[in-house]
Amino acid sequence: MKLLDALPPAWRKAVSCACGLVAFTLVFTALMAFTYEMTRERIDAAKDEQQMRLIDEVLPRERYDNTLLADAVSAPGNTANVGRIWRARRGADAVALVFEAFADDGYGGRIELIVGIGDDGRVTGVRVGAHHETPGLGDYIEPAKDRRHQNKPWIAQFEGVDANLPKARWTVKKDGGDFDYRAGATVSPRAVTVAVGRGVLWVNKHRAALFEAPTDAKLNDEARTE
Amino acid sequence: MAMNFQHFKGCVRDGLWRHNSGLAQILGLCPILAISTSMVNAVSLGLATVVVMAISNLVISALRRWIAYEIRIPAFILIIAALVTVLDLAFNAYLHSLYLLLGIFIPLITTNCIVLARAEAFAAKNGVFESTLDGIMMGLGLVWVLGLLGALRELISNGTLFSGIDMIVPGLSAIQVFGEDYPGFLLASLPPGAFFTLALLVAGFNAINTHRAAKKAAPAATPPTTPTAPAPAAD
Repeated sequence: MKLLDALPPAWRKAVSCACGLVAFTLVFTALMAFTYEMTRERIDAAKDEQQMRLIDEVLPRERYDNTLLADAVSAPGNTANVGRIWRARRGADAVALVFEAFADDGYGGRIELIVGIGDDGRVTGVRVGAHHETPGLGDYIEPAKDRRHQNKPWIAQFEGVDANLPKARWTVKKDGGDFDYRAGATVSPRAVTVAVGRGVLWVNKHRAALFEAPTDAKLNDEARTE
Repeated sequence: MAMNFQHFKGCVRDGLWRHNSGLAQILGLCPILAISTSMVNAVSLGLATVVVMAISNLVISALRRWIAYEIRIPAFILIIAALVTVLDLAFNAYLHSLYLLLGIFIPLITTNCIVLARAEAFAAKNGVFESTLDGIMMGLGLVWVLGLLGALRELISNGTLFSGIDMIVPGLSAIQVFGEDYPGFLLASLPPGAFFTLALLVAGFNAINTHRAAKKAAPAATPPTTPTAPAPAAD
């Protein structure tokens, strides 16, 4: 206290205010840290659950028996813009590869995709994750928003497509490809179709290497560990 | 400290109508415009704001004697930001799909000026009970305006109500008000639609208030049948 009294009044005020703020900061930071610790497990579980909800639509859970999210590899900086790749297995058998693909040229920026390729060399399905396509125009790439075609949503046309389809055919019909689009919005379906094709061709080409790579391996563009 | 009934009624009326944050104070428009594309989104964010306002007003009024006047603003912001962080984590953990939808707008409650405005204008000067009530009522005032705005925009743009309700109560689904064939009206769900719809609501609010004031000013024409309660003390 003697030290404080020696200071000029303005400084005294500043020090006491600062001490008050420090006390507040400590108490409320503790509150936040405590909540963070309490919710961390739930949040991780919720994130996995959310991820699995999309994956389930691409590849039914009955088809494999491993913990899919734990069996992942990735290839940072690959030319196909593919994110994590999960290996679905039944016992020792390879069942399917499920992977994230990104289309950076959507009408509203990046579109996140989940794609599956089965052991028969065909696409098991495609689903759209996060995206910012225009509501009511380009967002029909998401089946729940494809209101007029609930029975056969746009994205369902990828199911069963041969994973070896030549690159030029992986686009919308308007550009000479194999895939339908709806009049009024071509940018979103084109971005999705091209990104799916790019990803499928890359993953399918390195299929064996991707299955053999150790869990959590970081691969190069040739799917080899560096 | 005790709060009489008149005071209580004043608090409720200020929050829900007279000083409504969306229609009269026009404060806190960021979430109003951004999130009111559907009724469920709007009401969810509105209720999250109610929780933050109630707790922040409670905490700030309880601690007001220990918060030096000179540092009250940083202290208020700290308290509000901490509460929003806690709410954000709780949403993320327990209502994850709703969290993904409301996304960035939950942290943005921190900077919703209606929260700080009530902390500064009310909670810093009033008791714990009044302040909590004020926070809840101001928040509920925002909820009904947000909910109405969201419902109107959703109805006009999609012809539905309650879309996305399954994220809160699994199993429930949206109501098709205008039938399957409604062509939709995109503008209503885009940002300009928010401005147009809010403008209509503010105009309606002002029209009702003007009409009421005119009625009061001409008591000879329509004498009140029951004696009206005296107005609460002006603030």
